[in-house]
Amino acid sequence: MKHLLSTENLSAANAIRILDTAEEMAAVGDREVKKLPALRGRTVVNLFFEDSTRTRISFEAAAKRLSADVINFAAKGSSVSKGESLKDTAQTLAAMGADAVVIRHWASGAPHRLAATDWIDAAVINAGDGTHEHPTQALLDAFTMRRHWSKLKGSASTGADLTGMRVAIAGDVLHSRVARSNVWLLRTLGAEVTLVAPPTLLPIGVEHWPCKVSYNLDETLEAGVDAIMMLRVQGERMNASFFPSTREYSRRWGFDDARLRALDELGLKDTIIMHPGPMNRGLEISSAAADSPRSTVLAQVRNGVSVRMAALYLLLSGDTREAATTPGTARSDKESN
Amino acid sequence: MTETATGTATGTYLIRGAAILGGDAEDLLIRDGVIAERGTGLSAEGATVIEAPGLVALPGMVDIHTHLREPGREDAETVETGTRAAALGGYTAVHAMANSNPVADTAGVVEQVHSLGRASGWVDVRPVGAVTVGLAGEQLAELGAMADSRAQVRVFSDDGLCVHDPVLMRRALEYVKAFDGVVAQHAQEPRLTAGAQMNEGTVSAVLGLAGWPAVAEESIIARDVLLAQHVGSRLHVCHVSTAGSVEIVRWAKERGINVTAEVTPHHLLLTDELVRSYDPVYKVNPPLRTDADVQALRAGLADGTIDVVGTDHAPHPSEHKECEWAQAAMGMTGLETALSVVQESMIETGLMTWADFARVTSTVPAAIGRVADQGRPLEAGEPANVILVDPAARWTVDPHKMATMGRNSPFAGRELPGAVIATFFKGHPTVLDGKLNTPYRYAADTAGAGSSS
Repeated sequence: MKHLLSTENLSAANAIRILDTAEEMAAVGDREVKKLPALRGRTVVNLFFEDSTRTRISFEAAAKRLSADVINFAAKGSSVSKGESLKDTAQTLAAMGADAVVIRHWASGAPHRLAATDWIDAAVINAGDGTHEHPTQALLDAFTMRRHWSKLKGSASTGADLTGMRVAIAGDVLHSRVARSNVWLLRTLGAEVTLVAPPTLLPIGVEHWPCKVSYNLDETLEAGVDAIMMLRVQGERMNASFFPSTREYSRRWGFDDARLRALDELGLKDTIIMHPGPMNRGLEISSAAADSPRSTVLAQVRNGVSVRMAALYLLLSGDTREAATTPGTARSDKESN
Repeated sequence: MTETATGTATGTYLIRGAAILGGDAEDLLIRDGVIAERGTGLSAEGATVIEAPGLVALPGMVDIHTHLREPGREDAETVETGTRAAALGGYTAVHAMANSNPVADTAGVVEQVHSLGRASGWVDVRPVGAVTVGLAGEQLAELGAMADSRAQVRVFSDDGLCVHDPVLMRRALEYVKAFDGVVAQHAQEPRLTAGAQMNEGTVSAVLGLAGWPAVAEESIIARDVLLAQHVGSRLHVCHVSTAGSVEIVRWAKERGINVTAEVTPHHLLLTDELVRSYDPVYKVNPPLRTDADVQALRAGLADGTIDVVGTDHAPHPSEHKECEWAQAAMGMTGLETALSVVQESMIETGLMTWADFARVTSTVPAAIGRVADQGRPLEAGEPANVILVDPAARWTVDPHKMATMGRNSPFAGRELPGAVIATFFKGHPTVLDGKLNTPYRYAADTAGAGSSS
C-alpha cells in the first residue's frame, strides 16, 4: 500500500491489517503518555480544500500521537483561494518534503489525481473527496462494528471480519462518500448491507452494487439489523426536489423515537445506531436515538484517531510485506505506483 | 516541393496505382486543380509521379464540426495550427464552430475566420454561425447577414450550448430555410445536466461524479425532429452519443423527416470505463458512454442512420486538463486521429468499406454544409480534393508530435491503424509523404469569391 484512496480496491487482507493495527494504536490511547515515536522526523500535511474540522483534527491527533510533524494547509486563506492550482499546491508541498498528504477535496477524484501524477511523490490519504469516497471513515466504522460484533460472539476483534453482520445504511446515498466507502469495505469484510433511501437519493446504477436496496426503513428494521447507520441529510436537498419537505423525510427515513422503540419491540437488543457526524438532530436522527446507549457516535470519533494512526503508520513505516503478497486488481496496482 | 501554387495554376501530379475508394488500382492525373484523368497506364509530361500501390485514394475529408478557437483563444489553437492538423489528418475542409470570443454571431466575425482560413491555405475553412446572439439562447443572431457574407455560412449552431428554448429552435429552423441553411443542434437539456461531469450510469455511481443522463440528449433530439417535421426544415444533430438517440433518428428518418446526424470518432471507440482514472483527458461533452452505446453508434453509422463523422476537435491548453476532474475543460482533439479511429472502429471491424468511409467523412458532410466543390467523386473534371491513405500503417499516438496546439488526445499511447500519406487541396499537395508540404495560395483577385475559386 503506497496510498489509501478508496475502499473499492482495498483487499480484505489489507483492510484487516489496518483494523488490527488500529487495535494496537487504540491501546496507545489508553496509556498515560499517548505517544509513539514511530513517525519522528516525518512530515504529514493536512491539505483541506473543504471545511472539515472533525476530520482534520482527527488526522492531526493521529499524526501527532505518532510523533510526526504536522502542517495544516487549508484552502481558505491560502494561495489556493487566489487561484493556485492543485498541481502547483502539490508541487509546493513536494518541494517542502511532505512524506504524506492527507487530502480533503470537494472534487471527486482529486486524491487519485495526486497519486497518479508526478506532481508529488508522497503517500496520499483520501480524507474525503466530493461524493466519491471517504475510506478512513469506513474503516473507523468497520472498526467500531467489528468490536461490537466480536464482543457479541465472545471472540477477539483482532484478525476478525464482519461475516454475517447485517448493516443498514440509511439516508442520502447519492451524495454520500461515506456510504460508498462503507458499501465496498463492508462487502469485502463479509457483512450484509442494505441501503435505505428515497429513490431520488440513490444513484442510477445502484442495483449493481453489492448490497440490497430498500425504500422502506421500517421493513428493513423488521427484517433484522445489527447496525443501523444514519447518513447526514442536508435540508437544502429539499429545494432541489429530492424530497418534498424535511418533515416528510424525517417521518419516512429518519431514525426517530418511534423507530428507537421499535428496535426494543422487535427484540433487536444488540443493534447499534451509528452516525458519521455531524448530525442533524431531528432530521435524520432524533436526539433520543443519538444519545441512547445503542449510539456509537462518540466511539466512532474515538476510533477514528486509532484508525488514522494505523493508516499513517502503515503507509509511512515502509512496511510493504503484505501489500506485496496481496496484489489487488490491475487498477489498484496502477493507483499505487 | 518548393513551388507555391497560385490560384488555380497548381502543379501536375500523377498518382499511380492507388485503390480508388478501396477498389481497383487506377491512376489519377491531377492538373490545374482538377482531376484531369482517371484510368490505367496514364502518363503526363513533367508530372510529379507518386507511386501509390497499396494506398487508398479517397475524397478529401470534410469535418462538419471543428473548434479552431480563433478569435479569442489563440493559446488553445489558431486557424493556422488547426488547419495544419486538419490537412495532416486528411481533411480538405473544416467547419469552424461559432463558440469563439467574440462569438461568430455576426458577418464580421465569420468573415474574419473565413479570411484567416484563406490566408492559411491548408484547407477550406467554412465558418459556422451562431444561432443566437452570444450563444445566449435568447435572441436570433443575424443569420441572413452571415449567410450573405463572404463566408457564405450555411451551418448554424450554438454548439457547446443547446438551443433549448423550443420556440427559439422552431424559429431558427424556419428562418434558415430562406437561404438553404441548417441548424446543427448540440442536444443537451440544460436542467437535466446541471453540473454534469460524465455519463450517468454504473460508473458515475461508483465514482461519485454528477451524471449526464442519456435522456438529456434524447429528449432534445426527439423534440427537434418533431419540430423539423412540423416546420419542414433541415436539422443536423451534432455528436450523437447514445443508443437511444440512434433509435430516435432512425425513427425520424423512417417518417421522412429531414434530419442528419453526426458521431465523433471518440464515441465510436471509447467508453466511460476510462473515467475511472479520473484523468480529465477523457472529459468531453457529450460524455463517453457505455459499450452498448458504442456498438449502437457503430451500427447506426454503418446503416446510414448516422450520416457523418464529425471530430468535435476541441483543443485546450494543458492547464485546463492538469487539474481536478470537475475543474477540467471538456473536449478532446481529433483532427489527426479521426481517420485512424474510424478505420479501427468501422473498417477493421468489417462494418464499413472505404467507399462508405468516403460517404461519411466527405460526401455527406460536404452536402450538409453545402460545400459545392468538396466531397465530389474521384472522376475526371472534378475538383482535385484527394487524399492517399496507407491502410496497412500502424502508429502510436503521441500528442506532442501533433500539429494541433492541443495535447488533449484521449488516444495518447494507443496504437492505431492507417496513415494519411498525401492530401491534395484544390490540386495542391498540402501533405506529402505524411508530412506537411506547403499551403495552397489563393489568387489575390479571388479573395472575396467564396470557396469555389
